[in-house]
Amino acid sequence: MLRASVIVFPGSNCDRDVKTALEAITGFPVKMVWHGDASVPASDLIVLPGGFSYGDYLRCGAMAAHSPIMRDVIAKAKAGTPVLGICNGFQILCESGLLPGVLMRNASLRFICRDVHLKVETDKTFFTSCYRKGEVIRVPIAHAEGNYFADAETLDRLEGEGQVVFRYSDGEGNVSAETSPNGAQRNIAGITDSKGRILGMMPHPERLYEKMLGGTDGRRIFESALLSAVAAMS
Amino acid sequence: MQDTVTDTPTAKITPEIVAQHGLKPDEYERLLEILGREPQITELGIFSVMWSEHCSYKSSRVWLRTLPTTGAKVIQGPGENAGVVDLGDGDAAIFKMESHNHPSYIEPYQGAATGVGGIMRDVFTMGARPVANLNALRFGDPSHPKTRHLVSGVVSGIGGYGNCVGVPTVGGEVNFDAGYNGNILVNAMCVGLAKTDKIFYSAAKGVGLPVVYVGSKTGRDGIHGATMASAEFDDKSEEKRPTVQVGDPFTEKLLIEACLELMASDAIIAIQDMGAAGLTSSTSEMADKGGVGIELDLDHVPQREANMTAYEMMLSESQERMLMILKPGREAEAEAVFHKWGLDFAVIGVTTDTGRMVVKHKGVIEADLPVPVLANSAPVYERPWVPTVPPQPVLPQWVKAPNGNLDALKTMFGAPALCSRRWIYEQYDHMVMGDTIGRPGGDAGVVRIHGTQKGLAVTCDVTPRYVAADPEMGTKQAVVETWRNLTAVGADPIAITDNMNFGNPERPEIMGQFVGSVKGMAEACLALDYPVVSGNVSLYNETNGVGIPPTPAIGAVGLIPDVAHMADIRLKREGELLIVLGREQGWLGQSLYQQIICEKLEGAPPPVDLNEEIKAGRLVRALIREGKVSAVHDISDGGLLVAVAEMALASGEKGSGLGVELFAYEGKLPVHAIWFGEDQGRYVLAVDPERAEEVVERARLLALPARIVGRTGGDAITLKGEEPLTLKELAAINEAWLPTYMAGEV
Repeated sequence: MLRASVIVFPGSNCDRDVKTALEAITGFPVKMVWHGDASVPASDLIVLPGGFSYGDYLRCGAMAAHSPIMRDVIAKAKAGTPVLGICNGFQILCESGLLPGVLMRNASLRFICRDVHLKVETDKTFFTSCYRKGEVIRVPIAHAEGNYFADAETLDRLEGEGQVVFRYSDGEGNVSAETSPNGAQRNIAGITDSKGRILGMMPHPERLYEKMLGGTDGRRIFESALLSAVAAMS
Repeated sequence: MQDTVTDTPTAKITPEIVAQHGLKPDEYERLLEILGREPQITELGIFSVMWSEHCSYKSSRVWLRTLPTTGAKVIQGPGENAGVVDLGDGDAAIFKMESHNHPSYIEPYQGAATGVGGIMRDVFTMGARPVANLNALRFGDPSHPKTRHLVSGVVSGIGGYGNCVGVPTVGGEVNFDAGYNGNILVNAMCVGLAKTDKIFYSAAKGVGLPVVYVGSKTGRDGIHGATMASAEFDDKSEEKRPTVQVGDPFTEKLLIEACLELMASDAIIAIQDMGAAGLTSSTSEMADKGGVGIELDLDHVPQREANMTAYEMMLSESQERMLMILKPGREAEAEAVFHKWGLDFAVIGVTTDTGRMVVKHKGVIEADLPVPVLANSAPVYERPWVPTVPPQPVLPQWVKAPNGNLDALKTMFGAPALCSRRWIYEQYDHMVMGDTIGRPGGDAGVVRIHGTQKGLAVTCDVTPRYVAADPEMGTKQAVVETWRNLTAVGADPIAITDNMNFGNPERPEIMGQFVGSVKGMAEACLALDYPVVSGNVSLYNETNGVGIPPTPAIGAVGLIPDVAHMADIRLKREGELLIVLGREQGWLGQSLYQQIICEKLEGAPPPVDLNEEIKAGRLVRALIREGKVSAVHDISDGGLLVAVAEMALASGEKGSGLGVELFAYEGKLPVHAIWFGEDQGRYVLAVDPERAEEVVERARLLALPARIVGRTGGDAITLKGEEPLTLKELAAINEAWLPTYMAGEV
């Protein structure tokens, strides 16, 4: 079983979407947790959803990183509870220091909503065990600030430790400047912490989890989480 | 304007002040007569916005009454914040389209953003969660120095607002035409979903009830926005920038959640958003519909700025505000909900049995007006009009043939009128809410009704060059095009909303365009059982005395009973046959072919045969539901060759999809008229070869022509006697224009 909690910030707008996807895929009910609460109920997965928390008025994710609930999210994450940050959730993870780097404005300076190809760089994380390393998947992005940036030393460390999970690529898995929709350093679309249990990603896997929506490649993020959580229990 | 007037609230009302308020001398005389005294300045302000064209529909009302607005599925027609239709199983769709033309020209980002915000409030104020946004945009000629700036600002404003609120923008249309150089059109449409037993209305029924203000604080922005929207533009219009409101989508998102949360209880008696004319129109309309009076104490209005006067507060168009009438004793519960979402909540008045609107500020009565008079006394004009005389049809033989049909296709696909709109719709989040199953780029956007197998199909359309030539036929065409677009995805068309954008109605030829347009709409809606349930009229779209092309944008909603049986335009399998359903006459008058290839628009627009539309629509929906067609596309702008090419391009990224071998035409019409004629009532169907005969036969039984025109396969569009046109090349041409233009390189 998978006890998942989705944090709802004022301005979150993919909270219901990820709940719907999680419940459809795992079959277990998902708890919605209000940003003003002091603690997250015991969970096997905490999700920071996409949206515009606090209007993204200061800097994307900056205010959410300091909301009451985040103290407990940070504590639980450090104690080993897996955390998935999607889009605005990724920005919050960076702003709260759970993941390194920042997400800057897209190189085009425009909001971009479209399907992109991602090359799966590791299947050795809590969230990617159901993918194969090197596989190319199709998942949509929808953001204006997804241009991942970190200093060269941090990037080298992320690469060296296998913490780069997804890279923007073309349909054949070629990674180049042309295949990056937002100018991200080294085409980084998603990274984890050193233990592979905190994943931040700009693309929205919850938007392509069933055929009707135009694809199912996002589904395995959630299936991986379920399997990893179950494996940890047994 | 507000400075001169409000700094001297006791000023004597001079003819200049009356004129500044947009009231004509005879209208002011009427006001004096109604009141039996001279108005106070706040009262003059209140009347001026209520009597503005924007709020009162004084020029259009007599004609709008002639539109069909009822039907078996209509729960609420025009007259409320938005129209409501029944989707079965207790589901209702609530929708409307509204213009934000003048603000968007002056300040494109905020003008467009607040247009989106305003239309969403119209929808959620009735109890619906907004689930789909659309927009119809008309810009000036690409070579006009302001066009690029306006496109950029409007598109990012629409995206900036809708993306943040988290409602997918799933469709729309864009035109470029020199006729909009000085007056662009930004029409925003929103569709929401509610339960039929949980629809909220605006009638403040009951005396002694708390009048509650929620949402953002009131500032000085947008004062007299409604009056501005009712005036012509001139070279000094830029100076009106302060009357453009500033949007805050974050607050709107919170307001949606808070309103829907409170609506789940039974604490609300009536609710209305504060749109055009803000507190003034919301209070007077709610009181009038409820048959009560209302007493406001402006001291309690949450204010963003210090020292605001009653005049300013009553006329402010600050965004993201709502007015509610609560059941007595439920204030604390309601306040808790709004405070949870971090929003202002204030009891600012009470309903009374006096039938008067009394506005107090700092202990002084600033206005005391009879509600029914305020709400219903606006002048109603029967403006003189002269009908537009449509040009004679041009025969296809009179229109010169191109050097090559595929060359002409290339030219047309690379032109602003037909190039890909990807640069625009990729700036809109079209997938948030997780139910988008028909993305932009097809005939209609489709969102699944959350948690069900039903789909809501939405579209908006009008072809202004047809309307300009023949307002009546052109508007009929706009209605049937929405009907076909809904049909092409497999939806049953239900109802429409109209956004009538015209020039100065005081000019008989403009009024004639409006009248013709309403007549055409009425005829089409009646025949198709496709009522008008909401709408908006935007007149005075003129700059320096030149009106825009008449642009009655039609927004439409349809229902897909089971999303397992829907269609899209993408070709899917090699070796399928393409069938043109519908009558082919090679109508090139007012076609894009004329406009782009001949560089000369002339003749009558294509005629609409409503009877044939109905038959073709029924057949297409049946074929989709029986799974007998694998792709469907309505034939509209550009004609058959364009429609086929669009289906091929949609079948794979960057031209990687399926090509089409087109068969030689052996009929009597000129070949280019067959490929580029814009005859109405037609669809392209992709069909398994084994089923083609059956489809043609089914059409024949309905006396509808159906002709096999090509076969899918290969990587190019091929036409006998012409060099094949690869999809890669065509895709590159099609995708190039807009990004290149916006980068400043055209």
